[in-house]
Amino acid sequence: MIKVENLVKSFGAKRAVDDVSFSVERGEVLGFLGPNGAGKSTTMRIITGFYPPTSGRVTVGGFDIVEDPLPAKRLIGYLPENAPGYADMTVFGFLAFAADLRGLSGDAKKKAIHRSVETCMLEGVLYQTIDTLSKGYKHRTCLAQSIIHDPDILILDEPTDGLDPNQKHEVRGLIKRMGEKKAIVFSTHILEEVEAACSRVIIIDRGRVVANGTPQELKARSETAGAVHLSVRGTAAAAIMEKLAAVSARSEVLSEQGGLAVVRAYPQTRGGNAAFVGSVAELAQREQWKLDEIHVEEGRMDDVFRSITLPDTIKRAA
Amino acid sequence: MGAWNNIKAIMKRELGGYFTSPVAYVFLVIFLLLTGFFTFTVGNFFERGEASLVSFFTWHPWLYLFLVPAAGMRLWSEERRLGTLELLLTMPITTWQAIVGKFLASWLFLGIALALTFPVWITVNWLGSPDNGVIFAGYVGSLMLAGSYLAISCMTSAMTRNQVISFIVSVMLCLFLILAGFTPVTDLLVRWANPAVVQTIASFSVMTHFESFQRGVIDLRDVMFFASLMGFALFTTGVVIRGHRAG
Repeated sequence: MIKVENLVKSFGAKRAVDDVSFSVERGEVLGFLGPNGAGKSTTMRIITGFYPPTSGRVTVGGFDIVEDPLPAKRLIGYLPENAPGYADMTVFGFLAFAADLRGLSGDAKKKAIHRSVETCMLEGVLYQTIDTLSKGYKHRTCLAQSIIHDPDILILDEPTDGLDPNQKHEVRGLIKRMGEKKAIVFSTHILEEVEAACSRVIIIDRGRVVANGTPQELKARSETAGAVHLSVRGTAAAAIMEKLAAVSARSEVLSEQGGLAVVRAYPQTRGGNAAFVGSVAELAQREQWKLDEIHVEEGRMDDVFRSITLPDTIKRAA
Repeated sequence: MGAWNNIKAIMKRELGGYFTSPVAYVFLVIFLLLTGFFTFTVGNFFERGEASLVSFFTWHPWLYLFLVPAAGMRLWSEERRLGTLELLLTMPITTWQAIVGKFLASWLFLGIALALTFPVWITVNWLGSPDNGVIFAGYVGSLMLAGSYLAISCMTSAMTRNQVISFIVSVMLCLFLILAGFTPVTDLLVRWANPAVVQTIASFSVMTHFESFQRGVIDLRDVMFFASLMGFALFTTGVVIRGHRAG
């Protein structure tokens, strides 16, 4: 539904988006991840037709966003960064305005407003002006605006920014539910969100796509992915590590306290390796270690994120 | 008629925006007080002893100089400040529809303000028998003048997210359009410059064109002057907005 090809956007000498390509199909929720200023918002503004690209091409539902913007924009619902709204309008007035611009009228308009209000839980503030709303409500009002015409495509720029944990959970659930029938792109810098709601992740850094895959695939790229984590009671950590050296590439002590040693062992080949946990378990049995716990680590999104997006100088210092 | 529906939706919102905030009421009260004050006190409406609204219309270029930029300064700068510009321009509407919708809404608002001066017209008709054709032409001219100033405010408003800057710049531009043809200024210029040059500069002034309306003449050339001034300023608004987006 969305196809982005070799997208470049320069502001003066600065390249905010540098040769970005990806596509999103119906039924996909694409998480757009990256540090602040990586080019997430700029990319979204190009897809929604707010910024014209410097070069490259964006098609939305087959329509070129530059050549044929109106039919493309009709397919999109957009929540801009910081969820802007007209301060002096009521929530109802604002949604009615959005419905008017989406070409809805009469009964269809009434139904659309009702549905959006219900989905975003705005019943209590319907006749308050937007400038009197709390950040959470303001955000949901703008979200309601983006889904008023039940669009096929949703572009959400930090949809959970400024929400409390319950609301965040709610919005994530909403995105996941809607993602079954729509194509959704949402940006965030909260990693757990990506795992909770996305079917695919793109990490963007300094304008470039540096990773593209499912959350599982990305996590597997983490250094700790596939490592075996074991807690042993009554054996010194040093002794455990010595034995582990035979089956693993290396191991490290995570903690040793009150006779409980927690050790992480890395497999000789990187990535998931089913045989590795077996050989560690076998070793433990042979050595008669008292195991409290043993499990294979999935890898952590924030490790991957950090290793990909940290500038090299900081990485070396760390 | 998709385009017209979009323009209407934007007009509705914009006009609603005036009346849900105190802006509209403050503006209307000040406008009516000032027109009254200038017409009757400064303009010596009664002492003139003639049944006309000359003392009413004469002040309009000067009144509008401050009041119209005040009404127009928020049009686009507010959208940029709030970030709603992004919302508006990613809707399935063209930039043109947005510009025209906003402009027409504000112009309509100024039209309402102008229409509320009807007691002056009633007064002059009650006291004497003025030429209502001349008065009608005066109102048309006044509306065209307000529209021209408004289009200029629209343009300066698109240039900045700061309403104060927008206000000051549009006052300066409108002041130039007045002074270029204001008799005391042209008289002064004639001493240095070629009268033909002065004449050309003066023809760009709103004063020369507004004065013929006041005399009761609706000349197509004057109408065209104001229309093209509005067209130019609104076109520039579009260029400025496109410029922001192109980065």
